[in-house]
Amino acid sequence: MKFRAKIVDVGCLNHFTRVVNTVSKLTKACVLRLTCDHLYFVLSGRVATGGVSMWCELLQVNFFDEFQLEGVSADANEIFLEVAPENLSRALKTAQNAKSVKIKLTKKSCPCLTLAAELPSLSSLSRVVTHDLPVDVIPRRLWYDFREPQMPEFDVSIYLPPLKTMKSVVDRMKNLSNYLVVEANLNGKMNLKIETDLVSVTTHFKELGNPPWGEDGSQSSSRTHREPELMAETRVDIRKLQQFLTGQQVNPSRAMCNIVDGRILHLIFLHEDVSLQYFIPAVV
Amino acid sequence: MDCVATGANVKVLAKAIHSLSRIGEELYLEPVDDGLALRSVNSSRSAFASFQLSPLFFQRYQAPTDQSFRCKMPIKSVQAVFKSLSSLERSVEKCRIQLNSEKSRLTITLHCKHGLLKTHNLSFQDCESLQAVFDKESCTNVLQAQPRLMVDTVLHFPPSLEEVNLSVSSDRVWLRNHVEDDADSSRAMMTELCLSSEEFDHFAISSQTSITFCLKELRGLLGFAESSCLPISMYFDEPGSPVILNVTDSVLEANFVLATLSEDSHSKNHVNSDTKRPDAEQPPDDFMSDDMDSFLIAMETSELPGPSHVPTSPPQPINNRKHSASDDEDEEALAERPPNKKFCSLFFGSVLPTPSLTNQTIQSQEVLASDSEDENQTETS
Repeated sequence: MKFRAKIVDVGCLNHFTRVVNTVSKLTKACVLRLTCDHLYFVLSGRVATGGVSMWCELLQVNFFDEFQLEGVSADANEIFLEVAPENLSRALKTAQNAKSVKIKLTKKSCPCLTLAAELPSLSSLSRVVTHDLPVDVIPRRLWYDFREPQMPEFDVSIYLPPLKTMKSVVDRMKNLSNYLVVEANLNGKMNLKIETDLVSVTTHFKELGNPPWGEDGSQSSSRTHREPELMAETRVDIRKLQQFLTGQQVNPSRAMCNIVDGRILHLIFLHEDVSLQYFIPAVV
Repeated sequence: MDCVATGANVKVLAKAIHSLSRIGEELYLEPVDDGLALRSVNSSRSAFASFQLSPLFFQRYQAPTDQSFRCKMPIKSVQAVFKSLSSLERSVEKCRIQLNSEKSRLTITLHCKHGLLKTHNLSFQDCESLQAVFDKESCTNVLQAQPRLMVDTVLHFPPSLEEVNLSVSSDRVWLRNHVEDDADSSRAMMTELCLSSEEFDHFAISSQTSITFCLKELRGLLGFAESSCLPISMYFDEPGSPVILNVTDSVLEANFVLATLSEDSHSKNHVNSDTKRPDAEQPPDDFMSDDMDSFLIAMETSELPGPSHVPTSPPQPINNRKHSASDDEDEEALAERPPNKKFCSLFFGSVLPTPSLTNQTIQSQEVLASDSEDENQTETS
């Protein structure tokens, strides 16, 4: 198993750092899946994490100048590592003005991801800062748990309102209730609702637009006959949604959500080089 | 006692006090003809800091008539006087420190703009002189760097990091986070920064060595040096000997003396030397009592090289260094025996102002002196 990669472009380094920061705000531990073309940060839904799951996909070539991978075997040319994204975030933080950043899989007292940044210095010799991040190699028999999630058969798919606005609405609603209902329809309307014994508050968004999923999108056939005004809704733990909106450092070119009525809120952020999917299960 | 600091020096004074607050809970004030000494020490006696302000630092400096006047006070109360550095800079024109002996109060008066006077009366306790014994000139390794370099270096380590390891070779310096050898350590994130000797203003390393000391206490000095733009000098020897960080200009000198971790494996190799005493010979309990008298007694009866022995101590460090080079290889072999590491406490000649004791460079003496609460009682001894 071998992995070596290098970033030399400052813009790529900043972008990569922002993605890692975003992931680190969502979870303390996740799986880093490395293939020849992609890096994935994966969190598989578990009761302990409240059932949320995350799939963050990066196109390797848009970040790294050099990328060499030798997976566990020829037919399974991938590496799965359990990492603490916060460590990676910390290591990248002080390397933002580095001339180059190299990442390697190494073995110190345990398997590590070693990050070495060459920093500008006052002398002819660069300063080198090296961080060894302990990781766990995930055996092949467990890889199934971290496979790419299937697109759920959603009832409604809609573009999100401006994230800043959505975040401030959710922040304020969090003070009133632990649960939030997200509902939307195929006419570009979305409502965020909370309801308590004393008060109910609804924020209405209009003219958001619905993503045009083509024939290859997994729309259920009944969807084409769906009443445009009919709302699909899920009730979710508001903190999970807030955590997702707060940690965002990657400005997505497109942000949308898919709602499976009463079951899942599926948030998708798309960017040229990176995509982030976050699944929040419904609560009764 | 009456001293007046004006202009930019008020901020320097404030920064000095803030730096000292990173070390200990109490501020020791010692005004002598040579100048004003502000000192602090931490409770485990493993970190000591001293700011010596010469009379030229002040617009006016008058030492107390009683030359042996020394006092200490909680540093938080002094910090409260110099609370906001930015408002100090903007509005304080003059700072006057006076001793009101009849009321046992130290009066600090801030003369601000528009004729505003802020007067603080602080109560103090009499105390003994606080002076760690150290000798920069006898240190075999010296580094000097601009504060910017040190600050940038320390940035790579998390603010919560306690201990840092500094290793030097003939042309490089490494800074690493120090992790205790226990079960969790193998899963901790390790960070290492490598600097070339060219980045230092002065680089005089006599032999490869590696010392571990507390980073938290160092940050206090870094803050001061950065604002004063004065270069920081580091003086150190082998592990176990304290590291001395020094910032000097024409009117002030700051010394931060930090103990370094000594490994038991080192002391086992040095049974013959007088300067290193294995823990077993000095049961720590002797020094845990607050009674300074017993501390004194222990000092007198131990194998302290008196003034006549001073010439023989230089050869010892050479033995120590030879051993430490081979120790690095031995340490890996000794891995199965967890080293009983501890910070050597600094030797303090703080009991009696006996010149012969304070002039000796026995900084490698392992002494555990607890935070003495009964210092007042020792005035008579």
